[in-house]
Amino acid sequence: GKQGGNYCSTHSTSSALHRQRSLPHRPPVIPLVARMADQNTSGTPAMTEREASRLDKFKQLLAGPNTDLEELRKLSWSGIPRQVRPITWKLLSGYLPANAERRESVLQRKRQEYFGFIQQYYNSRNDENHQDTYRQIHIDIPRTNPLIPLFQQASVQEIFERILFIWAIRHPASGYVQGINDLVTPFFVVYVFEYIEEEVENFDVSSLEEEALRNIEADSFWCMSKLLDGIQDNYTFAQPGIQRKVKALEELVSRIDESVHRHMQHYEVEYLQFAFRWMNNLLMRELPLRCTIRLWDTYQAEPEGFSHFHLYVCAAFLVKWRKEILEERDFQGLMILLQNLPTMHWGNEEVSVLLAEAYRLKFAFADAPNHYKR
Amino acid sequence: MAGKDYNHLFKLLIIGDSNVGKSSLLLRFADNSFSGSYITTIGVDFKIRTVDMEGERVKLQIWDTAGQERFRTITSTYYRNTHGVIIVYDVTNPDSFVNVKRWLNEISENCDSVCKILVGNKNDDPTKKKVDSQDAMRFGETVGVRVFETSAKENINVEEMFMAFTRMVLRAKKQSQDRAEREREREKDTVNINAHRDRDRRKRGKKCC
Repeated sequence: GKQGGNYCSTHSTSSALHRQRSLPHRPPVIPLVARMADQNTSGTPAMTEREASRLDKFKQLLAGPNTDLEELRKLSWSGIPRQVRPITWKLLSGYLPANAERRESVLQRKRQEYFGFIQQYYNSRNDENHQDTYRQIHIDIPRTNPLIPLFQQASVQEIFERILFIWAIRHPASGYVQGINDLVTPFFVVYVFEYIEEEVENFDVSSLEEEALRNIEADSFWCMSKLLDGIQDNYTFAQPGIQRKVKALEELVSRIDESVHRHMQHYEVEYLQFAFRWMNNLLMRELPLRCTIRLWDTYQAEPEGFSHFHLYVCAAFLVKWRKEILEERDFQGLMILLQNLPTMHWGNEEVSVLLAEAYRLKFAFADAPNHYKR
Repeated sequence: MAGKDYNHLFKLLIIGDSNVGKSSLLLRFADNSFSGSYITTIGVDFKIRTVDMEGERVKLQIWDTAGQERFRTITSTYYRNTHGVIIVYDVTNPDSFVNVKRWLNEISENCDSVCKILVGNKNDDPTKKKVDSQDAMRFGETVGVRVFETSAKENINVEEMFMAFTRMVLRAKKQSQDRAEREREREKDTVNINAHRDRDRRKRGKKCC
């Protein structure tokens, strides 16, 4: 299911490309959300036989009456076809029940519940005890995915604000922390795809029915909540989850690639200086959005994917650049490399290789923390 | 390895509340570009620029930090070996100016002695300006920190601020070198070097952390 070199040019991105030129932090080519799907849509070449047969397997599993979640996980690990991704994500995250008959009523109930929260709490956003939270969210939303037109639409920004505000005030131990805003994006994009066939990047959400947009909002909220349940200590005071994982990453890398580890030590590069963001934003700042979505197929199929497996992915990701790292001969060069890793052309192929390597590492070091401690 | 392409290397840190324009200032200075909706900074961003000053090459390693409160624990680890700290507020947002005191406290918690500068950014629209220049200058005098007003967007005073600050940092380095030199001379003439003073000197020599 490889898409070849067609990730990086369509007509619709030229204006975005133009704006991007002033942002050397990000790759000079916009991540093409539309190409992120690993399967064909109406505009792309026909599915291969293998792809078609995988899609069939998904459809069979999803049809019920009860979806075998274990089987669904196994199948999803190597990527979920775009057509069935929304429902598969909802099942894997535990948002939807395995029983097919109950799904519709669960969805209705949860969507009502979410909009109940909005009615109950959203007006409190300017109250004294919530205004700091709201202010931070409000200034961050326009700075979330600033290069993708979809996210510059007022109604989309309002959706993000509501989702984040409600989540924050219901989770006072962490509250809203920058980076959490990024985590809404993959859910939102995948759930928009439930209603449209075309490219999502420049999609005008006002062409969607209000009902559809409300469903997308509520589903994104709940699935993001499930994700965050597993990594909340990344965002509580002093961010212990991140500190622990960065330390674990360092230990792991020292074990799997001593020369890379020593090289960084020699030039006094600390893991926290680059890997903090890898943990805080789940690599979303390092990869194009289409790759994050593919990555999350696997994270949701893995037990503790976002909290634990992610560590192995980060280790595999770092070591993947060993040649480039070893070529750098000073602190500045290393930092600039590590903060701007050239992944702009990445697609499913690269993510699959990364995941396979992460899996190998997990297998070699799992449940044996002393193994990777030096 | 080839010789160094600079005479001095300084690490500068940019701190201040969220959304005051820290990244924009850095982007303007290092790349001479501006974007109205720059993506939020997570952890630190890092850029370098080398400038000529007083006939010497000065390489600036500039660290741009995330402004949100929750990141402070992590951010404090970035203070190590810092030569200069740029504290930024937004002249259109009085809260960000009020918070400068907290940022100054944070610096003193993390550094013994370090050069500081206070920068009021977004100074390009008089109708939106809410932090009076005189108030800022007066405050700067009381805490002994020089104040600059800039606009990364309109490219006003950014280069001047960075260059003036670099000059301060360079002078500070030269002064402390001179001081160390004089002390060495004095010690050479003195038979009795007492341990107490030695310890003192070590402490003074420490830039940050």
